[in-house]
Parts: sequence; structure tokens; C-alpha cells
Amino acid sequence: MSHVIEMLGIRKEFPGIVANDNINLQVEEGEIHAILGENGAGKSTLMSILFGLYQADKGVIKVRGKEVSIKSPNDAFDLGIGMVHQHFQLVHNFTVAENIILGKEGGFVYDIKSASKKIKEISKHYGLEIEPDMVIEDITVGMQQRVEILKMLYRDADILIFDEPTAVLTPQEIDELMVIMKNLASEGKSIILITHKLDEIKRVAKRCTVIRRGKFIGVVDVATTSVNEMAAMMVGRPVSFKVEKAPKTPGEAVLEVENLNVLNNKGVLGVKDFSLSVRRGEIVGIAGVDGNGQTELVEAITGLRKIQSGSIKFLGEDISTLSIKDRNEKGLGHIPEDRQKRGLILSMPIASNMVIKDFDKAPFSKNGILNKDAIRDYSQEIVDKFDVRSGEGIDSLAGMLSGGNQQKAIIGREVTEDPDLLIAVQPTRGLDVGAIEFIHQAIVAQRDKGKAVLLVSFELDEIFNLSDRIAVINSGRLIDIVKTEETDVHDVGLMMAGIKAENKEENK
Amino acid sequence: MTKESTKVIKEPLKVKKVPSFLVSITAVILGVIAGSILILIIGKNPIVGFERLLFGAFSNKRRIGNTLSMSTQLILMGLSFSFAYKTGLFNIGGSGQMLMGGIVSTILGHYLPSSMPKPVYIMIVVIGAVLIGGLWGLIAGFLKAKFNVHEVVSSIMLNWIAYWLVYDFIPRFVKDQAIAVKSKPLDFSRTLGLEWLRKATGMSTLNLGFLFAIIACVVIWFILEKTTLGYNLKAVGANKYCAEYAGIKIQRSIMISMAIAGALAGLAGLTYYCGYSNLMEMGKMPNEGFDGIAVALLGNCSPIGVFFAAIFFGALKMGKGSLAATGIPTELADTIIATIIYFTATSVIIASFWNKIYKKRYEKKKAKLEGEEKK
Ligand SMILES: Nc1ncnc2c1ncn2[C@@H]1O[C@H](COP(=O)(O)OP(=O)(O)O)[C@@H](O)[C@H]1O
Ligand SMILES: [Mg+2]
Repeated sequence: MSHVIEMLGIRKEFPGIVANDNINLQVEEGEIHAILGENGAGKSTLMSILFGLYQADKGVIKVRGKEVSIKSPNDAFDLGIGMVHQHFQLVHNFTVAENIILGKEGGFVYDIKSASKKIKEISKHYGLEIEPDMVIEDITVGMQQRVEILKMLYRDADILIFDEPTAVLTPQEIDELMVIMKNLASEGKSIILITHKLDEIKRVAKRCTVIRRGKFIGVVDVATTSVNEMAAMMVGRPVSFKVEKAPKTPGEAVLEVENLNVLNNKGVLGVKDFSLSVRRGEIVGIAGVDGNGQTELVEAITGLRKIQSGSIKFLGEDISTLSIKDRNEKGLGHIPEDRQKRGLILSMPIASNMVIKDFDKAPFSKNGILNKDAIRDYSQEIVDKFDVRSGEGIDSLAGMLSGGNQQKAIIGREVTEDPDLLIAVQPTRGLDVGAIEFIHQAIVAQRDKGKAVLLVSFELDEIFNLSDRIAVINSGRLIDIVKTEETDVHDVGLMMAGIKAENKEENK
Repeated sequence: MTKESTKVIKEPLKVKKVPSFLVSITAVILGVIAGSILILIIGKNPIVGFERLLFGAFSNKRRIGNTLSMSTQLILMGLSFSFAYKTGLFNIGGSGQMLMGGIVSTILGHYLPSSMPKPVYIMIVVIGAVLIGGLWGLIAGFLKAKFNVHEVVSSIMLNWIAYWLVYDFIPRFVKDQAIAVKSKPLDFSRTLGLEWLRKATGMSTLNLGFLFAIIACVVIWFILEKTTLGYNLKAVGANKYCAEYAGIKIQRSIMISMAIAGALAGLAGLTYYCGYSNLMEMGKMPNEGFDGIAVALLGNCSPIGVFFAAIFFGALKMGKGSLAATGIPTELADTIIATIIYFTATSVIIASFWNKIYKKRYEKKKAKLEGEEKK
């Protein structure tokens, strides 16, 4: 079969890092070709080269067998290459049709009527269900993405690049996108799908090119390759999706929350009469749909939010009126929900970020004077131990790190403090398989050391994988706490919707 | 951690990032060019104009002394603004803090017994100016921390409170019988002036204040770079949500930062009204409060940058008097200052200009290296 795209021996260097190192990519006509790699592997860079946003330092690009030089996105368009970026490029107060004809060669020729007609035709043809005169800000994210797709099709692109298209979509929207991509491929369009989600590849892709840390690892046939094999290629070692966890008898209670009531930002009770305990050597997972009081509960325990009534006991002592600092010092670690807002100071180097809770204590300072050497040594230790990768090591600004490495830095900081209670909120959101595995192991290691862990996650997989007990929260109330081995996803799902498995209760 | 990773993240030739002083200098040059064009437009010779400016600022010992003396307040006010800015606060209350420092020093100067030895006297006025300025800053910080009143709003109101207090205090406590709108001039021995320094600089106004300003630069640099307090304040300024999460007491930090900023401005009041000058006028809000913002911007809010930016602005202010002789309006110097501020405010553009140049150079070097490798 003929190759519509061939990228051979592509190299691209950025200051301090080789983003693409001798990468090959061959895409066949009419196939959905996935590019798999961890965050920072160099996927976007490779596609930006194909789309003319960057120039390769070395290598050859062939389109339909002919060697080409793509100097700008316009060159790419001329070759029939279109790209849906991770961040959409739409004008919010313009209509769909206006956005689509905007910037098309020839400038803003305002022939909206014939444009609308063509848009309608394309939309119908591929099942995109887009009305040309809807305004962008009034439509959902999923629809905006389809507008981006329309934009490519309107310009007669037949090689379509999707850069992590599902990152911003709900599960239903993902399903719809998968159908659209299959439609496009069956119409003869060639599709390059960039992702680090293996199940998506399994669902739509024919072949998959794997890259790791800028290097070409291989091409596999998706149907005959298992998810585990692909994950291993991506990460460079076998990956287990199931975390190994030996049974353990929990010890004394570390955290005891009793009849807790907490207001949310709207001034009404976000947490209602909530009671829960977490003991040494166990992970208690809080399952629930986003926005059911998880944030308020965690903020109340960590001291970021005042409580209305009830008590929060830590190792037997009521901490509900203590300052955040006092709670931290008593042994409470917190991996916050929003790593970029709460977890790190992005404009400061990693070294400073690693001591943000302890900079005022020995050995990091003495009599109010910082000890930079001690801070550097300590940060270096965390960075080494938790494999935090960055261009300039501990001197890199936290904001320059990829999401996975930011999260590893935060977890490293919190775990190195060895807190009696670790609260982990959405610890793996947006991360790839390798980082998820690493982080899960770090969390289980805390439990195995006899520490208590409170896990909050919206991913049921994660809750089931890690938790010894599962507490289900709905509308700020505790629906029930169950042992993980005595329940299943179905029951927990019902409880998340507020329905308690009554008959089981009666059977007891 | 594996060998492989260290190999990928190797260190090739690095593209340099533009240092902030280069951005500032570029802004200055652009400002000078814009000024030259203006002078050309009014039909004069820009070279003569700038020659006069430099002449006015640096041509002899006295002028140099006066320039440094003029810069003293600017250094302190620039530091004041920068310090608060590092904590994420916009201290626009420098003028009021400076006025309060000035009036307290002036009153102390008149009322402390003249028999008091000068070192003791100076210590007392410094403490007085620093404390009152600090208090003025602290009030704004307190209002922000406790009632979430924006510091810009409260600072502006505090500026006017200071203004009217001074308006009332001058006639009440330190009235000059001869000129009703000014305070009685302080005796030279009750200012920061030093007899030998005055003589050595041809009777300029250069005084101890300049030394205080240098010390302040060093102390502020030390606080920001070396102490837990500096770390704490910078963390709050850079991301207060993360600081809060980490257990840093944000409200306390805001109050401390504003108090220190106010103390610096209070000290500027002392150096201005009891050093550079020896009296206070009623109904005059000092410009230095706003000039300090410009100094801080041009100096990239770093103590060393502030020091040089202040001297530069001080020279423009001192030198502009000599422009008049050439028929170029003295307002021109102010226009240049304004232009420079404009260019510093758009420093992002300047920075990206320089970064592009660096990148080109890096690419050339790399191409050359690779060429050599092939051989
Ligand atoms: N414009 C750039 N300047 C410097 N480094 C960059 C730039 N773009 C990407 N990188 C670096 O190159 C590597 C690959 O990035 P990217 O291609 O975005 O990865 P992916 O899309 O696979 O997550 C990362 O380490 C990233 O930090
Ligand atoms: Mg990417």
C-alpha cells in the first residue's frame, strides 16, 4: 500500500533537550495511524514539524511519495494536511461559518451563503451535526472540536492530524469522536491520532507508532498487539495496570471525622453530617461524581476551609481549629487537586518548591537565613528518587515541567515528609500510564509503611485499584463505606448516584 | 534516572535568555532615540541637547553630588515599590508614606534638643521616619489582609490623609513666620548633611541619605535572596494559593511586606525633606511616589537594578535644568522619562527581540560545529 506521509530520520532539538531523535513515521492511505508516547515524548513536536510550525533539524518528509519542504501551515494546507490542535483556534463570538472561512486563502471573502451551504454538506456527509450559524461560545467543547474538523475538511484536507483530541471531552463525546474518525477513514481520509490513551488506540487505530523520550521505538499492528505490550513499548518496561497490594490489617485511627458540616462557595452546606475514619495501613478511597463535596471535605481537613460544626481528629486530637501550618507539622500531607494552582509555584525553581512547607525549619534555614546548599541537596534527593525529569534539574522552573513530572515532584515532596496521613486528591489526573503506575506505587508504599491514606478520585478504576475501603459521597453526604473486596463497580456507581444498596443492608 | 535519560537530556549549546538589564538598557536607548527625534522635530540639535543634559548632571563635583542626592529618594522609593511588588502588592502609597516620614523627621528636627549629639539625633530621626512610614504602609496592608480592601484604593486615600495631616502639622508645629506656606528651614546641623561631604562636593546637597539608600539596597537584596522572610514574601507574591496550601500566613505576609515598603518610603521622606531639602511645603504631594514606580520598572524590581535606574532618572531630573539654555524645553527630559517607562512596560517585546537574536546566533554556531564534526 502506498504511503501518504513518510517522515524519515526526523530530528529536532530544543535548548537542553532532543525532542525528536531520528524518528520515522509512515502513514498509509485511508488508515487511522496512532502515535503513542508519554507526555513529553515528542509527539506534538513531530506533528508540528509535519504541519510546518517547526522546521526539522534533519530528516526527510515525503507526501504521497514526493519529497516536500513544509515551511508554514499554509504549505501544509496546500499539501492537504490539516491539524486539530490541543487548544482550539476559534474566535469565540463568531459563528461556525465565519470561523471556518476566516483565514482561508483569499482572506475574508464574505460569501457566507455558499460557505454555509458547503459546510452543511460536509457536516451531513460525515455526521458532524454542525449548524453553520451557531456562535462558538454557545456550543459545547465537543462541538467546537467538530468545527475544527470541519475547518480542515472545508479546506479539502485529506490528511488529518488530531493532537490529543479526547483530553477535553466527556466519555460520550469521546464515543462520538471515535465514530466520526472511523467515518472519515472509510471515506479515504488518512488520520494521525496522537494520544497516550491505549484504549482509544485499540478502538480506532490500525497501526501505531510508538515513541519514547524523543526516540522511535517501533510500529505495531494494533489488532494483534496487546495493550500491555504497547504500554511496555511506550514506557520502556513492563507496566502493570493492577497495583500489587498485600493484605494488611489496619491499625489505630489516624483521621476521625465526625458529623462534619462544611459550607461550600455558594454559602450552603457542601459537606453534610459526614463521618469517616482512616486508620494506619489503609487507603480509604472517596468515590463520587465531581462536585459532590469532595473539595470541601478535603479543604476542611487540611485547614483551607473553615468548618461549620463537627470535629476532625488527628491521632485523637481535635485539629479543626488549628492553622494549616500546625496541621502540616502534626503530620498531614496533601497532594492537592489542582497541581498548578495549589501544588507548585510555577515561577520558582523546583528546589524552592521542594521546601515550600519547611523552608523556615532546620536544616533549610537557621535564624531566618536560608541554607541554599541544604535546600539543593534535599531537592536533588527528591528529584532523583521520584524521577522528576526536566531540562535543568532542580534549577528548572516548576512551570517548565510536564504535568507528570510536576505531579511526581509534588508527590515526592509530600511523601518524603513521611506524613501519618496522606490526602491524595485526583493524583493522576491527565497523566500517562507510566506516571500513573509510578504514583500509584508511591501511594501504596505509604500504606504499606503503616501510614493512613485518604484518596479522592473521580476515576472508579483508580478507586478500586488502590483502596482498601471505599466511601461513597453524594451531595455532601456519606452514602456508605464498604470494603473494596465486598463491592463492585455497579454498586458503587449506584451509590454515587445516591442510591444505597438497601437489600444488602437487610441481609446482614 | 537510567543512563538513557541523562543522555537525552544532554547539554548542547544553549540558547541564551536575555538578561533583564539588557532589556532595561534597550528601553533607555529607545527612549533616548525617541527624545532625539523630538528635539529634531523642534529644530534643535539632539547631540547638543544630550550633551547639555549630561553637563547639567555630571559636569562638576557639585552637580554630581546633587545628582546623587536627587537619586537618593528615587532609590528608596524604587526599592519600596519593588519590595511590595515582589509580594504581589501594588504600593501606590509611597507619596503618603514619604510625606509622613518627612513631617515626623521635620518635627523631630525642630523639637529635639540641639545639644543632642548628631549620631544619636540621626538615629532617632531615622527610627522615627522608618516607623511612621512603616505604620502608613502597615495600615494599607492591614486593610487588605483583614477586610480585603485593595491596597491601591487604601493607599491613595492614605496619601491624601498624609497630605492633609502635613498641611495641618506644618503651621501647627513648625511654622515659618516669614513664608506662611512652608515649614521653618532646619538648621544644617539638624539635617542629614555632613559638613565635610558638603565641602568635598562643592556645596552640593549630597548627604548621609545616599549612604542609607545604599545600605537599604543591600539589606533588601539580602532579605529577598537570603532569608526565610524573603522566600515567604516572594512565595505569596508568586502564587498565594500555593503559599496558603503550604501553611504560609498570607495575611501576615501582606502586612509585613507593606510595612517594610512603607518604612523605605518613610526613610525617603527623611532624606528628601531633611537632606536634599531642609523644609516642607504645604499642599505638595511629592512626585517621588510615582517616580519610584518608574524606577522599579526600569530596574526590574531588583535592588541593584533599582539603584542604577534611580541614578539614571536622577541625572535626567538634575540635568534638565541645563537644557533651557539651548532653547529645548525642559519638559523634554520628562518626555524621555515617560518614553523609557513606556518601553520598559512593553519589555516583553524587547525581550523577545533579543531572544530571537540569541537564537539566530545559536543556530549559526551549531551549524558551524556540525560542519566541523562532519570533517
Ligand atoms: N518550543 C519548545 N521549546 C523548548 N522545548 C520544547 C518546545 N516544545 C516542546 N519542547 C520540549 O520537547 C519535549 C517534547 O515535547 P512535546 O512534543 O510537546 O511532547 P508530547 O506532545 O509528546 O507530550 C518536551 O520535553 C518539551 O518540554
Ligand atoms: Mg503534546
